[in-house]
Amino acid sequence: MELKTPLYDAHVKAKGKIVPFAGYLLPVQYEGGIIKEHMAVRTEAGLFDVSHMGEILCEGKDALANLQHLLTNDFEGMADGQARYSPMCNERGGVVDDLIVYKKSEDHYFIVVNAANKDKDYRWMAGHQFGDVTFTDVSEEYAQLALQGPKAMDILKKVTEEGNIPKKYYHAVFDASIAGVPCIISRTGYTGEDGAEIYLPGKDAEKIWDLLLENGEEEGLTPCGLGARDTLRMEAAMPLYGHEMDEETSPLETGLSFAVKMQKESFIGKDAIEKQKDLKRKRVGVKVTGRGIIREHQDVYAGGKIVGRTTSGTHCPYVGYPAAMALLDTAYAEIGTEIEVEVRGRRIPAKIVELPFYKRSK
Amino acid sequence: MEFRAELLYSKDHEWVKVEGDTVLIGITDYAQSELGDIVFVNLPEEGDEIKAGEAFADVESVKAVSDVLGPVDGTIIAVNEEILDAPELINESPYDAWFVKVEDFTGTEELLSAEEYQAFVEGA
Repeated sequence: MELKTPLYDAHVKAKGKIVPFAGYLLPVQYEGGIIKEHMAVRTEAGLFDVSHMGEILCEGKDALANLQHLLTNDFEGMADGQARYSPMCNERGGVVDDLIVYKKSEDHYFIVVNAANKDKDYRWMAGHQFGDVTFTDVSEEYAQLALQGPKAMDILKKVTEEGNIPKKYYHAVFDASIAGVPCIISRTGYTGEDGAEIYLPGKDAEKIWDLLLENGEEEGLTPCGLGARDTLRMEAAMPLYGHEMDEETSPLETGLSFAVKMQKESFIGKDAIEKQKDLKRKRVGVKVTGRGIIREHQDVYAGGKIVGRTTSGTHCPYVGYPAAMALLDTAYAEIGTEIEVEVRGRRIPAKIVELPFYKRSK
Repeated sequence: MEFRAELLYSKDHEWVKVEGDTVLIGITDYAQSELGDIVFVNLPEEGDEIKAGEAFADVESVKAVSDVLGPVDGTIIAVNEEILDAPELINESPYDAWFVKVEDFTGTEELLSAEEYQAFVEGA
């Protein structure tokens, strides 16, 4: 039985095509279709319901020490309101989940995790806790909206005061409000564009959703579904849990070494990751040079043998070509390497290109 | 949702237009709307046989790939290359964006009228 987000009725009213995803009923697209939604986010602005995401509080005198032990990134020296991305690894150096930690204040952290992993994550965190700390799954208390695109911040300025808007990327204002609704406004996203993610009480979600759409009409604000969320993150080469990483994949293979701080004294998985440094495979970008579309879980061939598998793939609407990400044998991972991908019995020519496929101009 | 009275339909959501000794085959408005934005089409070659209920082409939308099944038996005498370069035509105008032209065809009596197809889709 799938759960409905607080915006379910709004999606149905807006003719969203509803599908089950990570235990929730969410729109994969609205009437205009994925390409139109994708282009709106690249050129104007899009609004997503991402209420399925999980939120976990980490509180107590030993909160920081617990995060330092659980996660691969380093959380020392963060300012209040600052956010930091991190993998959470198991002892084998595989990825349990990837998540974002916000420092709300001293001893209070707010953690955002993937929907499909939230129960597993909570059990993992609580199962490894020590000292004075409490983990609380508060996912049910929050709806989440993602307002993304070059015009996103202009729209946000129309509905809230300047002081509620984080000035820097990966920062949040915890005591913000929009039209009297208390919320957390975070300058983050999963599209490769500037924008904000807004955490708010479920009962007020539809009011703020409507308010944003009304105020963003002039800017071309478009409601967007899961389909565009996936093509946008794919074009921006943002890894997705269960695709570019999982419990059997090293964060180094996925290309997350920037968030794995080996100089930290210890964390779960450190010993295993130490031994992974000579990488056998790594995540690469694949651009189709022949005809066809590459999807996930397809074999990649080079020099007559299988050298890896694709992890995600689709037509990328803004750059205008089909592309994929793949985990490949490092010997074949060099930029420019010619490969073939087997798609339903047919080999499609492609080559290794630099990631991301799309990078916004600042 | 558009249903054209002059066409015949399969339960796999292909349309068939009989023009004397040949038929044109495409996918229905319902099919294109279910698929979403179509970004790639794979077509057979002239001279290939088409068989009722068997895949003769595939269409890929942003999200997924789907087989296009033969609504009749016959021999393909032309393919619409225009949709190879502009697959979005299938979304924009599904009843004009034909896939293949077929001769020596049999099996049209198994197909549905517009009215029957509409009832089938709306019941689905």
